[in-house]
This record gives sequence, structure tokens and C-alpha cells, in this order.
Amino acid sequence: MARVVLEGIRKTYPNCFKAIHGVDVEVEDGEFLVLVGPSGCGKSTLLRMIAGLESITEGQLTIGDHVVNNLEPSERNIAMVFQNYALYPHMSVYKNMAYGLKIMGLPKAEIEARVKKAAAILELTDEQLTRKPRQLSGGQRQRVAMGRAIVREPSVFLFDEPLSNLDAKLRVQMRLEIKTLQANLGITSVYVTHDQVEAMTLGHRLMVLNAGNVEQLGTPIELYQRPASLFVAGFIGSPAMNFAEARIDAEGKTITISGQEALPLGSGGMAEHGGKDVILGIRPEHLELVAGAPDAVPMTVTMVEQLGADTLVHGHFGESRSDLTVRLDGIRNIKGGEVLPIRVTPDHLHVFDPKTERRLS
Amino acid sequence: MLKNVHFGPSVLPFLLVLPQIIVTLVFFIWPASQALYQSVLLEDAFGLKTEFVWFRNFEELLSDPLYWDSFKITIVFSFLVAFLSMSFALALAIFSDRVIKGSGAYRTLLIWPYAVAPVTAGALWVFMFNPTLGIVSYALSALGYEWNHQLNGGEAMALVVMASAWKQVAYNFLFFLAGLQSISKSLIEAAAIDGAGPMRRTIDIILPLLSPTTFFLLVINIVYAFFETFGVIHVVTAGGPAGATNILVYKVFSDGFVGLDLGGSAAQSVILMIIVISLTVVQFKYVEKRVAY
Amino acid sequence: MIENRPLLTIFSHIMLILGVVVIAFPIWIMFVAASHPEIRMTQVPLPMLPGGQFFENLDIALNRGMSGMDGNGVGYMMLNSLAMAMMIAVGKIAISLLSAFAIVYFRFPFRMFFFWMIFVTLMLPVEVRILPTYEVVANLGMLDSYWGLSIPLIASATATFMFRQVFLTIPDEMLEAARIDGAGPMRFFWDILIPMSRTNIAALFVILFIYGWNQYLWPLLITSEPEMFTVVMGIKQMLEAAEQAPQWNVIMMTALLAMLPPVCVVIFMQSLFVKGLTETEK
Repeated sequence: MARVVLEGIRKTYPNCFKAIHGVDVEVEDGEFLVLVGPSGCGKSTLLRMIAGLESITEGQLTIGDHVVNNLEPSERNIAMVFQNYALYPHMSVYKNMAYGLKIMGLPKAEIEARVKKAAAILELTDEQLTRKPRQLSGGQRQRVAMGRAIVREPSVFLFDEPLSNLDAKLRVQMRLEIKTLQANLGITSVYVTHDQVEAMTLGHRLMVLNAGNVEQLGTPIELYQRPASLFVAGFIGSPAMNFAEARIDAEGKTITISGQEALPLGSGGMAEHGGKDVILGIRPEHLELVAGAPDAVPMTVTMVEQLGADTLVHGHFGESRSDLTVRLDGIRNIKGGEVLPIRVTPDHLHVFDPKTERRLS
Repeated sequence: MLKNVHFGPSVLPFLLVLPQIIVTLVFFIWPASQALYQSVLLEDAFGLKTEFVWFRNFEELLSDPLYWDSFKITIVFSFLVAFLSMSFALALAIFSDRVIKGSGAYRTLLIWPYAVAPVTAGALWVFMFNPTLGIVSYALSALGYEWNHQLNGGEAMALVVMASAWKQVAYNFLFFLAGLQSISKSLIEAAAIDGAGPMRRTIDIILPLLSPTTFFLLVINIVYAFFETFGVIHVVTAGGPAGATNILVYKVFSDGFVGLDLGGSAAQSVILMIIVISLTVVQFKYVEKRVAY
Repeated sequence: MIENRPLLTIFSHIMLILGVVVIAFPIWIMFVAASHPEIRMTQVPLPMLPGGQFFENLDIALNRGMSGMDGNGVGYMMLNSLAMAMMIAVGKIAISLLSAFAIVYFRFPFRMFFFWMIFVTLMLPVEVRILPTYEVVANLGMLDSYWGLSIPLIASATATFMFRQVFLTIPDEMLEAARIDGAGPMRFFWDILIPMSRTNIAALFVILFIYGWNQYLWPLLITSEPEMFTVVMGIKQMLEAAEQAPQWNVIMMTALLAMLPPVCVVIFMQSLFVKGLTETEK
């Protein structure tokens, strides 16, 4: 059980490529932190720096009470689950799980007890313990990889996109298992993924990384409700948030999308940004179809996607060019070319500065 | 070529490469440089006096008609061996690729001569063609042909070529078969749908697609004939009769160890090294190209 | 087979059988000769079918040798060949595994220099530098010894190249997982790398065993004591003696004995042999 503290962590490769531009975060004891971002954003590098597989160029990394910058991975009291599981192909499942313990020099009985315990937690049968990794299904290999992490009884779990090699159905199932396991064991965890659904469902807190910078750190709901930047707003949520160039009126009471109807700005308005050109973000689920409402805006439909539970309607406001997606619940009988009255919920508008791409208000 | 993930600097990697480096230095680099050095020295037969003579050993060598004879013989020998063993192996590989039943058994029966030592192969062939006793020369004389490779240079050459090619068929067969099996079946099927019969398909589709394998094997076979047939020559003809089968490698040996012409033998070694190096470079160029496919 | 042409298939079989006959004919003649009494081998035409003296000839070849020679047979030469082949195969594999491990998994000064130095050896077969190599071995006092027979032949770039290739295909995560498990370099080498390369090691062993067993020029040069002779040298020796009094039954039995171990290796470890052959040529 330990806190993981990153202070001013930077990574510069020998070829001068700067992978991480300074990360500060305190991962609380028992917390599940998810590092999320597109490929190449530095999330894996950061995780591998915590693991000790990459050196830390600058900054200080503390696990528990110790600064571990210069410790070997095996001395950091961590365990890691790899994307391709990295199970030793020539060893049985049992030996895979026991290998690290054997090197630690634990007595045989202790090793056996720990492996059996982990196997029980992961519902691996005795018969499966004697098999080689290649004789197991993808989900079972995934369990063994977690088993290998559990037996070490580490103070920190590190996960490097552990679910990306599984098919969609198994991924949902294993996601739940990981969440349950982490909750039951209460071990501090850092989890890397590029999948925002995984990130939202698993993490106590999320750290969104983009090109080596921390875009935002917060709970899933904070990120969803108040994305700090255009990048986070676009990254979190599916289907992605709608963006449109817009202008705030001089008083900061309404906002206009490319010359169309003015929408009221929610509680309090944005007086300090009056008269400013901005980027407006609206989530597809925060647009309503309201026949006859006075503040409705006409939307021209171009394409409809029926998902059963929801209906995604693609189109644009009036004559404006900016594409728009609306998520309506249930099955709707809407066709391309129709014009729908759409109302925006004022409290759910997100306004961003077009230059800094940071959130205004 | 270095892993992205690797161990940090320590003395360990030096210890790990040390055995290989020592052996390489002592038994490869040092002797090779000795050969280079000796090739510019003239030593009398008793080893009492040595004289630095620049390139005189090479000049003498290259103006020696016997050396050029040996050179020509080596080239003729190499191409005959390569041609004979490769064409035989290719035909067998094509037939073997066609049959489904028993192809494994044919492979087993065809590949094991690879394991026969050149000396053993030579002994077998010399026995079969023994002018007085040999079973093949007996059959030939029944047909009215008197075989005697101990006297006839052409027959001697034919015998060493056959013995060397026989041993190499296995190797060529395996690579040709692998080459044939890597040709996508859908290509052959497309040609069949286009109306090409088995013979046409072989000529128009299969042989062109096999050309990288063929080129690779050509280089390998030439290297084999140049350097690895010493045992065959030594047993079958000892370079004779009258130098008719005195290939370069055999000449290095006989001039150096039998004739004790150290400078000349060293100069020959240097020329052989240049040939090996150029063949290896050709081979590597080819390997690079194959990787790029 | 694309279309159904029974005649073509039958033709293919006939050609293959002919091919096998041509390839196997010398071996059949050898076997036949090895099974007849000495006297039969001097009568023209020589037999085409096996005789009844196979085991007597085997005994002569192994234990007594040709009449007129030292009377020791080639049994001990088989052991010399075995020792040489094993030392070459094991030695080559051991030093190549170590150097490939260093070159692939460590960053250290002169790494590329060492790599090129090993690469150069690929280019120089022993045949082209026999004289100076002989001198080195003579100066080291290694003539007429197993060390002299094997060590100069154990440095080869081929094996190092092959292991380098194999190691490069092993995922990086193996090393990372091992590091998290606390394995140091040598532990990783023994526990992970070697077991993961074991089929490659076995395949290479097959090829190198054949290579070592069949060595001729090198043992011919550096051995002068008969007790260090190898069996392929024994054949040549007998052939020389045969010019006076041919005892082809014993010579062919010796050839058969000399051929047997490597041929058995090829036949019984065929898939490893094929793998080894194709991998070392990359």
C-alpha cells in the first residue's frame, strides 16, 4: 500500500526528443489513476518511468516513503501487466507466476501459497496452472498476467493497455474484473489506455495526456462536465462533442454560431468575455428535440444512424457549415433532409478560447 | 540491431564477447594478416632467409600459366557442379511439389547425401568408376567405352564434378522446394484459369518467380565448389591427371604443404580471400534485396 | 495440384523414383560392397546384390582394420570424429550465444567494432588461410590434440548471426517482465533467452554436428599421430593403401560407418535439420 508521487517528471530521449514535459501528480493510496491519450502522447513512457523501465531525465518519483528514481524495477515494489502479457512462453502458468518470487528467494511453500491464492482470486484451475501460455485463450492469458502481478503483493499495480489485445466482448468483461479486483485488493494502480470508455469506467481519476503535456487531471465526471481544454472535450465522450466557431455578444448574455440564432448562455453569462470569438462545444446528448419550443433552432438532417437504444442524427444548424451530431434516446423515425427543431440546454455549453484552446469561464 | 530495451553499461558484455573475439583474433584475423604479410615475402625453402619483395609473388603467380590453368579449371568445375546439381535438384523439386502422396518420403530419400562427407562421397564415386573393378566402368566397357579417369583429364573432371554435384543436390533440392512452396497457390490457379497447362505454368510463372532462389543457390554452389570440395579432389584425383582437376584450393594446399612455397601459397590465399569476400558481398547484397521484398 | 491429370502425377512419381535411384545408387553399391568377402571384391563384375559377410566386415573395419595396416580398425577414429564434432558444435553454439547476447542486449563501447570483427570471419573459410592458421596452432602446441582439432573451427559468424536474428524476434516485453521479476542479465539469459531459443539451438546443433564430423582438410593438416585421426581421414588412408591391395569390402564398410552418424542425424531430426539449414543461410 503506497502513495505514488510524481514531481516535475520530465523525459528527454538521447536524440533530444522530449517525450514528457513535466508531470506532477499524487496518486493516493488505493487510488486507481488512468493515464489516457492518443497514441504517442507519452502515457506509456510515463508508466514505464514509474516502472523503472525508462530512466527519469528530471524530477522526482516517490513510491511509498522512498524516492525510487534510481532503483531497479524489481526494487520498486511494483508489478506490471503488459499489453501483450509478456508471459514466458516456455514456462507453465504456475512457473510464470512463481518466477519473480523464486528470484526474490522466497521459500517454496510460501511461493506455492501465494500462487494458489492468486489463482483462486482469478479463478484459474489447478489444471490451467500446469499449462503453457500458448494453450490458453486470450482472456485466460490476461488473467495469468494479472496473477503474476498479484503474487508479488506489490504496493503499486501498473497496467499498460492490458485489454487492447482482446475482442470487444471479452474486453468489457475483463474491464469489470480488473475494476472489481482493484477495489477488493485496494492496491494503488496506474493504468494506461487510449480507450476513453475504459478510462471513464475504470479510473477514480483520469490524467489526459497530449504530446507529453498534462491536459487535465480529474475524476471522470469532472472531465466530462468541465473539460479544461478543447483536446479533453473532444477526447472524452462518445460520440465526440460538437464544435462550432461562435461569437459571444457584447454583454456576454448570448452566443451566436456563424450568424445563426443567438443561444442564451447559461447561469450568469460570460460578461468578461463579451464580444469575443470563441469555439463553442455541445455534447450530442445535450441537444434536445423539442417541437414548438420558442428557443429551438432549426437543424437540417443529413444522415441518421439507428443504434436501437439511441438514434444519432447528423446534420447542421440552418445554413451554417459546421457539422452537428445529436443523440436522441430510443428509436426515432427521422429521415435525411428533414428540418428538426433542436434546443440547446444552456447549462451544458462549453466555451473555449480559439487561440489557447483552454476553457473559458 | 540493438534492442530498444537493453541492459546498461557494465563489464559484462565485454566478458560475453571475449571468447568469440579471442578465437577470432587468434585463428582468423592473425592468420589472415600473416597470409597478407607472407604474400609479400620471399622465403627460401629452408626458412633461413626472408626477403621483402613487394608484389613479386603476385606477379609471378599471375604470370604463371599453371596458375591460370588452375583458375580456368576452378571456374569450369564450379559452373559444371552448380549447373548439374541445380538442374537436377530443380527438376526433382518441381515433381515433388506436384505429387501430394509420398512427397515427405521423397524428401527424406533425397536429402541425406548432404550429410555425407566430401571424402566419403569421393571414395564412393572412385569405387564405382574404378577402371579395373568399378561397376560403372564395367558397364561402360560392356558398351564399348573404356573409362580411365586416372589417365584421361576430361574423365577425371567429369568424375569430380559428379561426386561434388551428387552431394550438393540435397541442399539445392531443399531450397528449391521451399521456394516452390512459397509461391502463392492462387497465382498458379489464376494461370490455370487463364488456360496455361502445367508445362506452360512452370516456364511462364514458376521459373521466373524462383529466380531469387536460383541466384542465391548459384552463389552458394559456386562457393561450395570453390572451397568445400577439397576432400573430393584429394580422394578422387589428387589434382591430376597432369593438373586436370587442380582447383585453386587444392593448389594452395599442394604448393604450401607439399611444395613448401610459402610466399606463393600465401599470395594464392590472399587471392582466394578476395574471391570469397566478393562472393560474400554479392550474397549479402542479395539477402538485403530479399529482405526488402 | 491444380487440375486432375493422373498421367502427369504418375509421370512425376516415376521421375522422382528415378531421381531417388540415382541419388541412392552409390550408397547401395557401398552397402553391397560392405557385405561381401574380400575375395569377391576382386572379381569383375562386382556384385549388385548384398552378400553374407556384413557383420564380419563390420568387425574387421571397427576393430582390426585392413590387413597390412596397423591393425587397429577405425573404431577409435569414430570416437575422435565424435569428440571433434561435439566440441565444434557445442563450442560454436556456446560462444555464439554469448556474443549474440552481448551484441543484441547491451549497449557498450566498441559494440559495432566487435560485431564487424565477427562478421569478417564469415568471409574466411579455413581452406583459404590454412597455412598461417596451421602455424598459429603449431606455435600454440595444439597439434595432435582435440583442442587443435576443434577450437580453430569454433569461431564462426554464421551462428552468431543466427542467434542475433533469433534474439531480435523475442519481444522486448520479455526482458521488461524479467526485470520487474528481478532477473539480472545472466539470469535472464539462462532462464528466458536460452529456453526460448532452444529449437534454434537444436537446429544449429544438427548442422554443426554434420559440419564438424565431415571436416577433412583441417584434421589432415594438424594431426600426425594416428591416434588422433578421424574416420574420414581413415577412408583416405585406406584408399592410398588400396592401390597395392584393394580391400574394397573394408573400405566401403568404413565409408558406411563414417556416413552413418551424420546421415542418421539428418533422417531422424529432419525438421530440425531443414530449419537449421535454412536459418543459417539468412
